Amino acid sequence: MVIEAGRVELHYWRDLWRYRQLFYFLAWRDILVRYKQTVIGILWAVIRPMMTIVVFTFIFGRLAKLPSDGVPYPILVGAATLPWQLFATAFAEVGNSLVSNAHLISKVYFPRLIIPASAVAAGLIDFLISMAILVSLMLWYGIVPSWRILALPIFIVVALGAAIGTGLWIAALNVKYRDFRHLIPFLLQVGLFISPIGFSSAIVPERWRPLYSLNPMSGVIDGFRWSVLGVNVGIYWPGVLMSLGLIVLLLVTGVAYFRKTERTFVDVI
Amino acid sequence: MSAPEVIAVEGLTKKYLIRHEQQERHVTLREALAGGLKHVGERLLGRTKDAPARRSREEFWALDHVNFKVYEGQRLGIIGHNGAGKSTLLKILSRITEPTGGRIEIRGRVSSLLEVGTGFHPELTGRENIYLNGTILGMSSREIRRKFDEIVAFAEIEQFLDTPAKRYSSGMYVRLAFAIAAHVDPDILIVDEVLAVGDIQFRQKSLGKMQDLRESGRTLIFVSHDLSMVRQLCSHAIWLKKGKVYCFGESEVVTSDYQNEVLAPETLVPSRDRGAHTSAYFLRRVELRNHHTGQPSSQYVAGDVMEIHLWANARAPVSGYTVEFLLLNERGDRISFGAANPVQNTHFQSHHTHFVCTLGPLPLTSGLYSFSFSVRVWGLERWDSWEHAVSFRITRCDLFGTGHDVPGLVNGDFVMPQTWRGEEL
Repeated sequence: MVIEAGRVELHYWRDLWRYRQLFYFLAWRDILVRYKQTVIGILWAVIRPMMTIVVFTFIFGRLAKLPSDGVPYPILVGAATLPWQLFATAFAEVGNSLVSNAHLISKVYFPRLIIPASAVAAGLIDFLISMAILVSLMLWYGIVPSWRILALPIFIVVALGAAIGTGLWIAALNVKYRDFRHLIPFLLQVGLFISPIGFSSAIVPERWRPLYSLNPMSGVIDGFRWSVLGVNVGIYWPGVLMSLGLIVLLLVTGVAYFRKTERTFVDVI
Repeated sequence: MSAPEVIAVEGLTKKYLIRHEQQERHVTLREALAGGLKHVGERLLGRTKDAPARRSREEFWALDHVNFKVYEGQRLGIIGHNGAGKSTLLKILSRITEPTGGRIEIRGRVSSLLEVGTGFHPELTGRENIYLNGTILGMSSREIRRKFDEIVAFAEIEQFLDTPAKRYSSGMYVRLAFAIAAHVDPDILIVDEVLAVGDIQFRQKSLGKMQDLRESGRTLIFVSHDLSMVRQLCSHAIWLKKGKVYCFGESEVVTSDYQNEVLAPETLVPSRDRGAHTSAYFLRRVELRNHHTGQPSSQYVAGDVMEIHLWANARAPVSGYTVEFLLLNERGDRISFGAANPVQNTHFQSHHTHFVCTLGPLPLTSGLYSFSFSVRVWGLERWDSWEHAVSFRITRCDLFGTGHDVPGLVNGDFVMPQTWRGEEL
């Protein structure tokens, strides 16, 4: 093994594979620790999205009386809240992951990408558990998913991709500029309202759709609704494709920026 | 050289930029933007040359063209003052940070212990932490499973295995952390002063474990301030000074050179003051005096009686406290101990105190010696310790008035009263 200034790690990706066990353990630690010393524990993963669904159904469905594309309003909101929560949790965890694991970074070597990658796990577990809400809502309203449900895993992966892509940027910048730590809750709060969570994206005027699709999560949420609800709830394919493209771009540049800065994390963290 | 070379370091350099105007290490975006604008502004106005922003940054060469080689089975100690570059070297060797220049070639699996208990999570149980920490240190789960019982037994925490680590006493925490680290099985082990943990009994055990490692023929790189430990564990040593290799050779030679410089005669002064201190109790000043003349001195001959004067500021507890000293020889070994309590059963209770310990006649052989002092409530933790507080020299050891000097380095540290007889057979 050779250590040199600015040396491009030839075996970076192979190294990443070799350290996969560390990835499992860090993910396992995050999951294990997440609900330690809480009374209701993992139930939190269900309660939080449930409250969002109740509040949004009430405000957007009852008070604002927005259209629901022929789907019961709670389901419309539920099919959007879950992917959003997945994104929000994963994004926040990834964004803060490097700084909160600073002690590890400054004492042991491993490919640093393991840290943000493993930070996603806790959010994913929460998401899988919270799927129970959606399943029960669909049973309650007697909605049978069509073959499109098979596309669901793809949209889950895409949501994670969006979280990792944006999160990597924030994580790497956060090492040097702690401002980004304060940006995370703000971005998530804004995102919660501008993404089509409490309403169907069909209410967005046609000419604004391209602009609206610049939010990568709008495509993911549309896709989610499309695959779960079995009706064409405001899906706008150019928008979905645009979101996808944007997410790929964020991921690629995020990884590249991360790789470029990771070797000096220790000196500035 | 018969053994193959496992580490080759060539022209290794590490540069840090130090900012003077800022106390915080984290730059905020606002500052970066403001600084950037300022820089652009100065450029536009053509005033880049003596812009104040430039002067506030200073280059600091933590490592400056360091070269050395380590052969298989060699045990290398790294010594030097604080800030000499020891930790930076370890960090580069263990790939935690990148060098600014130069090159290192390493052959074999490296494991580095720069800290005990890296990645320990207080919410996780002992069992969970063993798996997590073991993985972080580079062990596979199969390896951890195989060594699990051994680790638990070594740490002596059997009954607390399923208790969260946050409920552990600090001793248990450290024991568990060390036990895991001690069971990592690499080709090359890099260790940073992790041995200085736990109570005396556990330290003995840890040292034993390190010596096992020595016998197993593994390559070791060990950084420590404890010179006698470096001598015990290492065959060779590097003395780093201001980022450069100042001295490289057998550990015995390098450490005694280092000791000599640290305690160089020019720096021998009979009294020393200590800067402001944060702890509630601290030793403020020490002075060595010759008991016969009453004068401060750092030069004695064997048989002299010495007075140690210590001044302390304190918020004394009702139970009283005691002061103790350790006498160290030229190589940094502890050779004697004295304390007000276990030796004389004396407790002190006043807040601001001037202590006097009359010591001697000194039975020491000629050479350099130094004192470390500490303050403690007997049986409890130390409140303050002052390592290598003051040094003195025994210029001549002629206790029996024979006209012969007994030099310390080859003859041991002290001379005992003795009489000799010889009968013709």
